[in-house]
Amino acid sequence: MQYNWNWGILLQSPYFGWICSGLAWTIGTACAAWIIAFTLGSVIGVMRTTNIAALRIIGTAYVELFRNVPLLVQMFLWFFVFPELLPKAAGTWVKRDLPLPEFSTAVVCLGTYTASRVAEQVRAGIESIGQGQRYAGLAIGLTPVQVYRYVLLPVGYRIIIPPLTSDFLGIFKNSSLALTIGVLELTAQTRQIEEYTFQGFEAFTTATVLYCVVTFIVMTVMRVVERRTAIPGMISLSAK
Amino acid sequence: MSGGFDYHVIINNIPFMWQGIQLTFLLTFLAICGGVAGGTFLALCRLSRFAPISFAAGSYVNFFRSMPLILVIFWFYFLVPWIVGRPVGGFDSVLIAFVLFEAAYYCEIIRAGISSVGHGQIYAGRALGLTYGQTMRYVVLPQAFRNMIPVLLTQAIILFQDTSLVYVVGLHDFFVNADMVANRDNRLLEMYSTVAFVYFVLCLAGSLGVRRLQRKYAL
Repeated sequence: MQYNWNWGILLQSPYFGWICSGLAWTIGTACAAWIIAFTLGSVIGVMRTTNIAALRIIGTAYVELFRNVPLLVQMFLWFFVFPELLPKAAGTWVKRDLPLPEFSTAVVCLGTYTASRVAEQVRAGIESIGQGQRYAGLAIGLTPVQVYRYVLLPVGYRIIIPPLTSDFLGIFKNSSLALTIGVLELTAQTRQIEEYTFQGFEAFTTATVLYCVVTFIVMTVMRVVERRTAIPGMISLSAK
Repeated sequence: MSGGFDYHVIINNIPFMWQGIQLTFLLTFLAICGGVAGGTFLALCRLSRFAPISFAAGSYVNFFRSMPLILVIFWFYFLVPWIVGRPVGGFDSVLIAFVLFEAAYYCEIIRAGISSVGHGQIYAGRALGLTYGQTMRYVVLPQAFRNMIPVLLTQAIILFQDTSLVYVVGLHDFFVNADMVANRDNRLLEMYSTVAFVYFVLCLAGSLGVRRLQRKYAL
């Protein structure tokens, strides 16, 4: 099949602007969702390591629920079904007055979905520290909250920096699913350029390169963060 | 959306959704077979002592792992007919996309599995006079696969969920069929929650099964 390459199309108006705004929406969605994922995921991960049975059950149920339903289905549930389940006034508000409805839904969906993954990492991190540290903290008179705040979490978070990085990259890649409910992020914009100009290969190449560049930047930054926050003698702790 | 929860729309459309589930399972199965085969090949390349091969395999893996699956599906949806020179079905192009994409993820799992088999095993195999290929085939890989079965199955469950992304090219899988009914009959609540429930039950059963297997095989 004949294909007419035309790389110049990418710099033409309005396509160049589409790509830029697509990249901005992708990064915006991913970062906003990461705030939810990190906060909620930390809370749920901590809940799963406490010795209060009710909290552990709620945490486990959350993780199993969000991990075992495809993200695409969750996206549709949040967008189409969730407003129907709310009380009438709240449902109407979500449908009519929610600012940036697609974007907000995508952020909440990605955030709550990734929270289940972050929770698993936080739990694994805390569990890898060993009970000794917890008992030591309690023995010197710290309250359970203080044990988490000053002993378990500072160590746990540093252990799980590499898996958290890959979760962040996951949220960044999964933000492309937001196109199914109408967020014009990077993948959606390149798809649109393909539809307008039939220059699909140029458009998809651009998106591919941009995704790779962002991934590379995040990985490089996180490697520096990991080195800066490393605890001296950590290898002996993890080998124990 | 009107009225309460209507069970009839679900019951009436079970045959139609069943067709979709069959496609979902077929795609998952073929993608797992292709992905594991490709992943094993890539893992052996990555562990090769010949630097260009291991570099090429490593670049392949990093490249695919930094791309969103939707973009890969779009890519192959346009690329495959162009390479073949004639229109191909959506299923074929999607299957190729899934196999190549999943191979990158399976490669990392299998590489970790092979690395978990001690170096002593390789030396022992070589000392017995086995060739490199024989050592891999009869000594390393059987042990490696046994170690990584739980992780491979977990990845298979993730893949099963990811096949719902064929939605973007309109292939008639489970979710797309349910979505069509939902929009035709204006029964979004019923259909989407049914899909979510079915996926949840299947995946939960799968992950509980994997956990049991893990306990059983734990050394």
